[in-house]
Amino acid sequence: MRYAMAVDTKKCVGCADCVVACQTENNVPHGFCRDWIVENVKGTYPSLDMKFQSERCNQCENAPCVRCCPTGASHIVEGGIVLVTHDDCIGCGACVEACPYDARYIHPQGYVDKCTFCIQRVDKGQNPACVDVCPTYCLHFGDLDDPNSDVSKALKNRSWYVLAPEAGTEPQLYYLR
Amino acid sequence: MVSGKHIAEIYPVLHLWHWEISLYLFLGGLAGGILFFAAYFFIIGKEKEMSTTVKWATFIAPLALMIGLSSLLYDLHHKLYFWRLFTTVRFTSPMSWGAWTLLIIFPLSIIWVASFMKDMFPNWNWKWKYLNQFESFVIKYRLPFAWILMFLSIILAVYTGILLSAFNARPLWNVSILGPLFLVSGFSTGLATSMWLSKNDAERRILSRIDIFFILTELFLIIHLFMGFMAGTAVKLEAFRLFMGGSFTISFWIFVVLLGLIFPVTLEILELNGYHVPKWVPPLLILFGGLMFRFVMVDAGQITRFLY
Repeated sequence: MRYAMAVDTKKCVGCADCVVACQTENNVPHGFCRDWIVENVKGTYPSLDMKFQSERCNQCENAPCVRCCPTGASHIVEGGIVLVTHDDCIGCGACVEACPYDARYIHPQGYVDKCTFCIQRVDKGQNPACVDVCPTYCLHFGDLDDPNSDVSKALKNRSWYVLAPEAGTEPQLYYLR
Repeated sequence: MVSGKHIAEIYPVLHLWHWEISLYLFLGGLAGGILFFAAYFFIIGKEKEMSTTVKWATFIAPLALMIGLSSLLYDLHHKLYFWRLFTTVRFTSPMSWGAWTLLIIFPLSIIWVASFMKDMFPNWNWKWKYLNQFESFVIKYRLPFAWILMFLSIILAVYTGILLSAFNARPLWNVSILGPLFLVSGFSTGLATSMWLSKNDAERRILSRIDIFFILTELFLIIHLFMGFMAGTAVKLEAFRLFMGGSFTISFWIFVVLLGLIFPVTLEILELNGYHVPKWVPPLLILFGGLMFRFVMVDAGQITRFLY
C-alpha cells in the first residue's frame, strides 16, 4: 500500500478551501497551516501565466525528517504516511530544518506538527479533508498500488511532476501539468 | 516569478534556530578543543610543561558544556520531553549520537578536572572515602582515560559541524567539509582558551605554533568551501551569493575571516618572531571569530533552500 496525492494544477483556482478544511478537521492552531497554496506567476505583461499549487507534506519515501529525528518521533507508518508521535518529540526542530518543502511547523504546545493525509479519516476509508472539500475536484487521493484508485487513474492519463526531485526524497505528492 | 510562499502570513521564511544553537556549537567545539589538547599533552607526557593546557584550562570545558547544554535545552520547544533523546540511539541522526556523546563526555570532563584537584590545590580534601578511592582509580588509569577523552573530543567537535551538514534541505550546510571545518575551528578556539590562561611563555609558544597550523588549515578549508559553492548548482550559488555581496558579506569576511582568523594568526606569527603582542589579544580575536562563524553559519544556512 502506498498512499499518494495528485494535485491538478490546471483545475486549482487557489481558493484555499483545502487550507481551511485542514485547519478545521485537524484543529490546527490559529496562525499555522498544514497545507497551503502557492501562486506562481510567470512571464511579463501581457503574456502572463499563472499557476496554483496546493502544497503539503510530500510523505516522502526517503524522508529526511525521519532520518534526522533524534528520538524516532518522526516515523513512517504503513501506507507511507510520515507521522510525528507527539510524546516522543522534543521540539528540537531538526526535522523542520531537514524538510526541503518546509512542510513542518512547531505546534504552540511544543511538538512538531504536519500534514498526516488525515490518517484518522483515511483509516476509516475516507479521503483527507482537503480532498473532499475541494470545489474544483483538483485533489486526487488513494493507494498507488491499486490501479483503480482515484490517484492512480489521475496519474495514468496525465503528465506530472514532483517538487524538488533533486532532493532525493522521493515525494508522493504529484502535480498534474 | 511571484510566489505566494513569500507572503509572510502564509509562509514566513524559516528561521527556527537562533542564538542558542550558535552558542552551543561554539561552546561544544571549544570544550572539544580544550579536552583534546589536555588529553594529547598528557598522553605524550608533557603534563608538567603544559600544566595549564592539561589541568587548569580543563576547568572551562565542563563549564562550557554546561552552558552549551543549557542553551540547547532552552532551545527545545518540548523541553520536558528532552529525556526522549536517551531512550533510543539513531545513527542516521547526528543529533542523536551527538546527544549520547555529550552524555558521556560531560561527566568525563568533570572527572578529568576532579582528578587534578589535589595537584592544583594541595590542601584539597574530597572528604568522603569513596570519592578518594574513585580518584586514585582515575589517576591510576589516566592514560586510557586520556585516549577515550581524545577520541570523544574529536567526535564532539566534528559533530557540531555534521549536525548542520546533515540537512540536505539547506544547501549552505549540506557540504561534507563542514564537519572538518567546525572541528578545526573548535580546536583553534580551545587552543586560544588554553593560551589565554597560560602564564608560562614556553607553553604559550607551543600552543601558538599549533594554533597557527589550525588557523591556516581553517582558512584553507574555507577557501575550499567557497570553491565548492562557486562550482555548485543553482542552490549552492544562491548560498555563495549570501557571502559575496549578500547580507552576510561583512559579518563573514570582515568579522570571521579578517578579524577572527587572519589578524590573530598574523599577531601570533609576529609574537613568535619576538614582537611584543598583548597576550590576550590573539585568543580574544580567535574566540570572537569562532563565535561569529557559528552565528553566521546558523543564520545564513536557514535562508538557503531548494529552488522550485
